[in-house]
Amino acid sequence: MIDAKGSFKEIESAVVRFAGDSGDGMQTVGERFTDTTAFAGNDIATLPDFPAEIRAPAGTLAGVSGFQIQFGSRQILTPGDAPDALVAMNPAALKSNLADLVPGGMLVVNSDAFKRANLAKAGYEQNPLEDEDLRSKYNLIEIDLTNLTKEALAECDLKPSDKTRCKNFLALGFMYFVYDRTLETTLKFFQDKWGKRLPVVAEANSLALKAGYNLGETMEVARNRYQIAKAPADAGRYRKISGNEALVYGLTVAGKKSKRDLLYAGYPITPASPVLEGLSALKRFGVKTVQAEDEIAAMGIALGASFTGNLAVCATSGPGMCLKSEFMGLASITELPLIICNIQRGGPSTGLPTKVEQSDLLQGMFCRNGDSPIPIIAAHSASDCFDTALEAARIALTYMTPVILLSDLYIANGSEPWAIPDLSTIPELEIPFANPEDEYVVYRRDPETLAREQAIPGQAGLEHRVGGLEKNEAGDVSYDPENHEKMTHLRADKVAAIAKSIPPLEVLGEPEGDLLVLGWGGTYGAICSAVGNLQAEGYSVSSVHLRHLSPFPNDLGEILGRFKKVLVAELNMGQLSMLIRSKYLIDAISYSKIQGQPFHVSELTKRFLEHLQ
Amino acid sequence: MTIATAEGPETLTKKDFTPPNEVKWCPGCGDYAILNAVQRTFPELGVARKDFVVVSGIGCSSRFPYYMNTYGFHTIHGRAPSVALGVKVANPDLSVWMITGDGDGLSIGGNHLLHLIRRNPDINVLLFNNRVYGLTKGQYSPTSEIGMKTKSTPMGSIDHPVNPLHFALGCEATFAARTTDTDQKHMLEIFKAGFEHKGTSFIEIFQNCVIFNHKTHDPVTGRENRPDQVLLLEEGKPLIFGAERNKGIRLNGLDPEVVSLEADDVSEEELLVHDPKRVNPAYATMLAEMQHPDFPTPLGVLRKIEGKEPYEDAVSAQLESAQSKGEGDLEELLVGSDSWVVE
Repeated sequence: MIDAKGSFKEIESAVVRFAGDSGDGMQTVGERFTDTTAFAGNDIATLPDFPAEIRAPAGTLAGVSGFQIQFGSRQILTPGDAPDALVAMNPAALKSNLADLVPGGMLVVNSDAFKRANLAKAGYEQNPLEDEDLRSKYNLIEIDLTNLTKEALAECDLKPSDKTRCKNFLALGFMYFVYDRTLETTLKFFQDKWGKRLPVVAEANSLALKAGYNLGETMEVARNRYQIAKAPADAGRYRKISGNEALVYGLTVAGKKSKRDLLYAGYPITPASPVLEGLSALKRFGVKTVQAEDEIAAMGIALGASFTGNLAVCATSGPGMCLKSEFMGLASITELPLIICNIQRGGPSTGLPTKVEQSDLLQGMFCRNGDSPIPIIAAHSASDCFDTALEAARIALTYMTPVILLSDLYIANGSEPWAIPDLSTIPELEIPFANPEDEYVVYRRDPETLAREQAIPGQAGLEHRVGGLEKNEAGDVSYDPENHEKMTHLRADKVAAIAKSIPPLEVLGEPEGDLLVLGWGGTYGAICSAVGNLQAEGYSVSSVHLRHLSPFPNDLGEILGRFKKVLVAELNMGQLSMLIRSKYLIDAISYSKIQGQPFHVSELTKRFLEHLQ
Repeated sequence: MTIATAEGPETLTKKDFTPPNEVKWCPGCGDYAILNAVQRTFPELGVARKDFVVVSGIGCSSRFPYYMNTYGFHTIHGRAPSVALGVKVANPDLSVWMITGDGDGLSIGGNHLLHLIRRNPDINVLLFNNRVYGLTKGQYSPTSEIGMKTKSTPMGSIDHPVNPLHFALGCEATFAARTTDTDQKHMLEIFKAGFEHKGTSFIEIFQNCVIFNHKTHDPVTGRENRPDQVLLLEEGKPLIFGAERNKGIRLNGLDPEVVSLEADDVSEEELLVHDPKRVNPAYATMLAEMQHPDFPTPLGVLRKIEGKEPYEDAVSAQLESAQSKGEGDLEELLVGSDSWVVE
């Protein structure tokens, strides 16, 4: 620790968590801290963590909303296990977050909020700030946020209640001081958001932010300040991006690259709604969006548009996938291209709508009646959602099939820096429609991909019918037993043929050894970090992270065979593990977590180590 | 009718819309008559064969697309409205026809039909009403009358039936009509009127199920009953019916009443004059509620109003407006407003 006021301690990374009431603006503050930090050139990963209720009763444990960010001068792959600094806006936020704070960590509290009523709501019999144990264990910084905000905004023409709502930015300003952030990005945000419409609000928030920063300078207790250098990164242009944003951009680019109109049909559902909202704002790119009456209709609209030659997309979450399953079967038997994104959340049923889980893999595999395989791919980070969207479009159009794209709440809402790609380097995705000059046979297949050709309404001479009844190659309804078996195999063989187009898997670490950790989806950062730590200590451990979950890449079996043990780590009861065991007949070890929270690097490291000793 | 195509003028006939495959409805099914009427209507519409799309759900009626030599999509139970909407939004130039039944459209698909009608895309909906589930072999349907005995209602149905036209009008249909499988000429006339209407055209067709609900509509449309039990709606003409054309519908307060022009000494001027263009839905709803045996059952166009923008037009208008200053720059979109450069 360095005592001199205004001097800095150079650190490699830090984890900061903002926690408060749902109405305290913790997500807003977290987002602003993220923007500023990304702009400062640090690597970042974030974890917004909020309740399903929009405004649970104020001051209660149920209403606590949090936002965690890890940032550093090194590569940051996760939002961090435990915060180094916690900002708690009320007793409930303190109670539900304190256990995570590292010993000696900075604890910033809004002391105004620690009054009898709030203490009671949080279940405190005594004021925890008076607890000597707490005071000695952490670096407690009590700030009278509510009153200081009122004073800072004394001259503002706002109602007193509106003034106190700015207190989150006073707290943010203080944390900017602690971590040596500049205020410009946030001040610009205020201007852009409110400058024209509500200039008094822009002014009030700016004053609060500055007051918080200045408070740091004058406050003796805030003598610990930290500096974090820029993270090394390849040359290029970067921006901060969340998984849902990346998905929106990826789909839009896929539409352009396929030379088809992009049509998106959706129904509001957490955490997929930002995809509907994001694409709805892109009409200037010719994107058509329809907010359907329900999840079923969204699929129907998309499938109708696909039949008519659009690149058609739906996004939903687990419960919506249940409703879409009958239409998935229809898309499978009619062999029409369609992208179905599932932004997974905790299940079953309504489950944990605002918490992360990876428990819809087997649903994607098996939710339909009949033998109806549908390819499944998964994104492994926020920015990877962009690439995954392009891959989904490639598979859907090349193989004339619906594709399930799995994302999850953690990467959908979390943010990270993204090296903005050069559009000219992204391959074209154009698959021509049937040539009206040629004879059209509805289910005649390309010998390589086994895909049928698509003819669309408006093409003269190619009129044909599709539907849910089994067809023969000519496209006529057929109840012939042998034909049904043949067509069932062809549909399965076609999906299996996708494996031939998947590039070789990347093994992180040595290509053989004692332990292979297998993962998929949003656990990438945590698994890579844990495996990397153990490798640095000399352990024989490697990892593979799967993008393609159905079909599996052709080289997966061989890679699994090169390791003494295979451990599958996933946020469910062992779904990938089950698929791996059944397909490769190996005794895969399952490590699962079903708490609505991402893996911590420390827990994975500990578990992997158990299998290395 | 002759249509101008890229390859020159094309004259279409019923034969052009008849595919080679065998039609597999029960002999005597009313669906044959409807198929015939649609195959006779399509050549008359001035639309190229390539631009027709027939979309259906599940049920006997929903096999329809397989019997039309156009683009067609036989979808899943109740969900045809969503697929039809997707087709229309993807390509507004197509002539989209949706085929459904009383079970498909009003039971499992009731929600979708509500939302299709309220959005008002230019789609023609033909709802075959035979008041029974045929393909599943004879259970009562949402339009079956109370007391109807079927295998699933051995003591008689206790469900209050839904009135398809009242439902459509409740969804604020801009076009609502009724016709019957027993009248080719009338079907052609109504299908053409539906086609000409810009917006969702909802057409209920009384259809006979020869196996499970034979002659269900006979009390109204049977040869002998029809003159006295059908009220043929003609725009601008008074509501007159009867074999002798001596009965009419007069308004008594807010209620319709059947009057005899002779016995009640009522003049034609006192009768209601049919005007499907009334914006207030009360009149069309009153017609929809006139049912056997208390009233003659109206056949024809109950409602036909303009001024409600079809859904696909609104979609196109927003796209055009958003692109009025040129298409968006994809590179600019990806870069966003807060990017930074690493040297």
